[in-house]
Amino acid sequence: MSHYTLDVRGLLCPMPVIRTQNKVKELQAGDTLEIFCTDPGANSDIPAWCRIMGHKYLDTREQGNDIIIRVEVGEVD
Amino acid sequence: MIMTNQRSAVALISGGLDSMLAAKLMMQQNIHVEGINFFTGFCVEGHTHAIRKKDKQKTKRNNALWVAETLGIKLHIIDVVDEYKDVVINPKHGYGSNMNPCLDCKGFMVGKAQQWATENNFDFIITGEVIGQRPMSQRKDTMPVIARESGAFDRLVRPLCGRHLPATLPEQQGWIDRNLLKGFSGRSRKPQMALAAEMGFVDYAQPAGGCCFLTDKTYSDRLVDLWQARNQRNYELDDVMLLKVGRHLRPQPNFKMIVGREEGENNFLEGYRRQFIHMRTLNCSGPLVLLDGELTPSDIELAAQITARFSQGKSLDNVDVEVISKDGVGRILHVRPLSENQIPQDWYL
Repeated sequence: MSHYTLDVRGLLCPMPVIRTQNKVKELQAGDTLEIFCTDPGANSDIPAWCRIMGHKYLDTREQGNDIIIRVEVGEVD
Repeated sequence: MIMTNQRSAVALISGGLDSMLAAKLMMQQNIHVEGINFFTGFCVEGHTHAIRKKDKQKTKRNNALWVAETLGIKLHIIDVVDEYKDVVINPKHGYGSNMNPCLDCKGFMVGKAQQWATENNFDFIITGEVIGQRPMSQRKDTMPVIARESGAFDRLVRPLCGRHLPATLPEQQGWIDRNLLKGFSGRSRKPQMALAAEMGFVDYAQPAGGCCFLTDKTYSDRLVDLWQARNQRNYELDDVMLLKVGRHLRPQPNFKMIVGREEGENNFLEGYRRQFIHMRTLNCSGPLVLLDGELTPSDIELAAQITARFSQGKSLDNVDVEVISKDGVGRILHVRPLSENQIPQDWYL
C-alpha cells in the first residue's frame, strides 16, 4: 500500500475527475491518493466518481483555498 | 462485471435525459453497459457554475456522473480537448446556426467511442439520438453519415428511434430485440418524459439550448473575434475557458478587454494575471480586467477609463486604476470614467 498525491489546483470540472481517473489507473488496489483541488465541484464529483468506479472515498479537508480529498483505490476488473 | 456470454455496449452519456434512457433500454435487454463522456472544453457543464460566486450557493453536480450513478454503470470521462480542435476549426460538414459543428462532432464522438469499444472488447455503441430532434446532426439522412464516418457502421444502435432505422448488427445477431426499441421522432420531449416517468427517473437534467457553448451566439461571436484578431483559426484550452467568463469588449482592433462581473469571476481571472496585462481600481471596488493584445499608451488610458466605468466609482470625477504588467510591475493612472453612452454597443462582444 503506497500513498500518492495529485495536484489539480486551478482546474475546473471535469478536469479534476479526469486527472484522478488517469492517476488511479497507474495505482494498485489499497493505495491511497490525496487530491489537491480548488474547484468546489470536486467535493461532489470525486466522491460520486469513486462510488461509480468501485473506489473508496475516505474524507475531505480544507486548507486555505485548497480542498484536499483522499481516496483509496479499489479492486479494478 | 460482464457475465459469460453477456454482450456489452458503451453508451455516450452526455448527462441529459436521452442518453440516459437509451442506456437504460439496453440494460433492460440484459446488455452490460458502461458510459463514456467526452470533455471538449466547450461543455456547458460545470464551468460557469464553478466560476460565478452566485452559482456557488446552488448544489452542484456533474450530470454525466449523476446519470451513471443513477443507472448503476461505470463512466469513463475522456479528455479530447486537443483532438477536438480539428472538429471545430475544419468541420467537413460545416457549422450550424452558430459555430456548432454538430454533425462532425457526433461523428467524432461516435468514432472515439468505437475506438474505445474495440480496445476494451465491447460489442457495440449506444447513443440517445432521436430522428428530427436536432436540425443538423439528428436527421434521418445524417444518421447513416455518422455511422459511416465514425467507423461504427452497423454497431451503432439508437434505441430511442431504432424502429425507424435499418436493423443493426446487434439486432441481426439477436443480441437485442428490435421490437423493444422505440420509434421516437421529432422535437417533442413528451415521449422521453413519459419513458423517464415509466422508468422512475426524476430530477434529471433539462439543459436549455443544449450542452455545448458553440451553440450559443454570443460565445460563437467571441470565438470568431478571437480568430480574426489573431489572424489564425486556432485556440488553446485557456482561450476557450476565458471566452465563457466576464464581459468582453474590443474598443480597438488591436486589443480586447475581459472584465470580471462579480467576485467569483474576478477570482477566476486572477489566475491569468501572469499571462495578461491587467487592471484594477484602487480607490473604489471594481472589476479585475485582463487586456489581450498589443496596446499603445493611449489604448492603456482608454482601457483604464473603461475599467473605471465598470467600477463602483463610475460617477466620480477621477478613479485610480492600477495597471500591472505580466511580470507584476504596477503603475497608477488617474482617469475619468467613461460614461455609459461613450461605450458604443459594437465594442461589446
